[in-house]
Amino acid sequence: MDQFTLNLIFVGLTFAIYIGIAIWARAGSTAEFYAAGRGVHPVLNGMATGADWMSAASFISMAGIIALAPAGGYTQSAFLMGWTGGYVLLALLLAPYLRKFGKFTVPEFIGDRFYSGGARLLAVICLIVISITYVIGQMRGVGVTFGRFLEVSTDTGLYIGAAIVFAYAVFGGMKGITYTQVAQYVVLIIAYTIPAIFISLALTDSFLPQLGLIGSYAPGGGDQAFLAKLDEVVTELGFTAYTADTPNMLNMFLFTMSLMIGTAGLPHVIIRFFTVPKVADARTSAGWALVFIALLYTVAPAVGSMARLNLTTTMWPNAVAGNALDGDAVSLEAIQTDPRLNWVKTWEQTGLLHMEDLNGDGRIQYYNDKNPEMQALAAERGWQGNEVTKIDNDIMVLANPEIAALPSWVIALVAAGAVAAALSTAAGLLLAISSAISHDLIKGAINPKISEKGELLAARISMTGAILIATWLGLNPPGFAAQVVALAFGLAAATIFPVLMMGIFSKRVNKEGAIAGMLVGLVFTAIYIFLYKGWFFIPGTATFADVPENYLFGISPLSIGAVGAILNFAVAFGVSSVTRTPPREVVELVESIRVPRGAGAATGH
Amino acid sequence: MSGQDSAYWRANVRIILVCLVIWAVSSFGLGIVLRPALEGIMIGGADLGFWFAQQGSIYIFLVLIFVYAWLMNGLDRKHGVDE
Repeated sequence: MDQFTLNLIFVGLTFAIYIGIAIWARAGSTAEFYAAGRGVHPVLNGMATGADWMSAASFISMAGIIALAPAGGYTQSAFLMGWTGGYVLLALLLAPYLRKFGKFTVPEFIGDRFYSGGARLLAVICLIVISITYVIGQMRGVGVTFGRFLEVSTDTGLYIGAAIVFAYAVFGGMKGITYTQVAQYVVLIIAYTIPAIFISLALTDSFLPQLGLIGSYAPGGGDQAFLAKLDEVVTELGFTAYTADTPNMLNMFLFTMSLMIGTAGLPHVIIRFFTVPKVADARTSAGWALVFIALLYTVAPAVGSMARLNLTTTMWPNAVAGNALDGDAVSLEAIQTDPRLNWVKTWEQTGLLHMEDLNGDGRIQYYNDKNPEMQALAAERGWQGNEVTKIDNDIMVLANPEIAALPSWVIALVAAGAVAAALSTAAGLLLAISSAISHDLIKGAINPKISEKGELLAARISMTGAILIATWLGLNPPGFAAQVVALAFGLAAATIFPVLMMGIFSKRVNKEGAIAGMLVGLVFTAIYIFLYKGWFFIPGTATFADVPENYLFGISPLSIGAVGAILNFAVAFGVSSVTRTPPREVVELVESIRVPRGAGAATGH
Repeated sequence: MSGQDSAYWRANVRIILVCLVIWAVSSFGLGIVLRPALEGIMIGGADLGFWFAQQGSIYIFLVLIFVYAWLMNGLDRKHGVDE
């Protein structure tokens, strides 16, 4: 059976499962639509949160970002620590209390705690900006993955993806999404770990990739540590050592912090903790979510580093046993004829990998042509520059099974996993957007007397609208696909997280403080990002070039969310201390959410 | 807030603070700031700081959340606020 048919079967089968679950888990009430009836077991909620959280970026791109970072793989650890450490903050500081509060949306809590429709509206705006920017990347991810594995255009892939999300999100709401995400988690984690296990077995003496990363390099006889071998090979070719220390510790610190508090402030993740039965379940469920996330996140650095070494030894076959440069680079002839190098041809066709024999010697020299020592060597040997002219980050995960010569069903599985990762996150985001519109805007502000049935219909219509807008934005991405994640995390860190935390841990922070804090966090973070990435991301409008030399104190726009959060806290406390204390009933609300007893009795209205 | 409830809250905040210190030390501390100072301490083929940044901190986070949940369940029962 050919690869295409296999891909079709695997992806088709998983789709049938998702649709089947959606039909089984139709939502009949707003409680089911917004919070899956609050009956989700904490372990299942953990799995669903894992799928909800792990997007196309986590599945496809993260390992490659770590593997191919110019400053070395260690500097990118911020993604690993940041995207997992946020769950500690969620479990300790937010999830149990928001569950006790017992309502449906994040803006609803902010509106009630700060006794202000304005605060609620501001939270809705932040939530929609965060979720919309985030969802564009997911829709692109769906389109690109389909395009690559099902051999359709990216646009067609996007339409298929949108139709599938529509089928299970509009009818099932949170209930449908939750159980679909459980299935999607299972698909994506199997798809991620199987190739990793095989590669770890081939390269190191360990079955577990987590141990392989710190194990020894098996093809070289096992005398040398795997990481030492990797460092040796990449530095020989003029690249920065894989384990090299960070060039900017402050920035790495703030970047990690931004990703942590951003993760804890992402609305689509927070609302998942509204679905469990009890406060105690919200705490353990955050732990289970991290168990399922860690299964992928502890494998990712192994996948990245091993794929990097595989790639390098493919280009320099001599590097397996000795020094890369003592032997010849891989020849064009071998790439055309050796079946083990078929993946090079396949991935060149997708445009993610590009090679060019610049000096016409029939071999492909892969090295760092910006390194002065390598330039001297290149002059001596008659090289004309790095002949691997393009390697996309995404290739590290997507081409991995082929590089390791795994059977074609594994490749089909990776296709299904990548699609599951993108679809599950898109659905979670769309639910966060639609519940903010139907519950916070329509029921909360425009028509408070709306009936339960009317609100459910409004929720479904908002969901449909959100899908249409997301699809349109996915088809016409505003040219800032890479920057939007910075904005989404920065704003979640600088607006939502601080205001929720203060709402729970302080009885003194009042309406004026919360609104001022959110506004300052929002404006400061957005402006700092716009200064370097372009105003409203319109290409060519950046005030400063996006290079480290221009950054204020060396803080990259990706890391600014942490500073925005500190400003938010400071302004909120400052303003609150010179204005009136919150009313008695708000103080009682804070006291009540701090105690777990009675969460079951609280209702959605 | 009754005396009983505020004692519960104080104990809760104390547990959270201890957990947050461990959270910060394992990630920002061992993984980033202290890495140069710990150079040469190896875990298998990786130095301690590298391992904490890429693996160790995640394991600590995991244990931390479950220990926190377990401690809080105990605290809930002790103060009679469990459900």
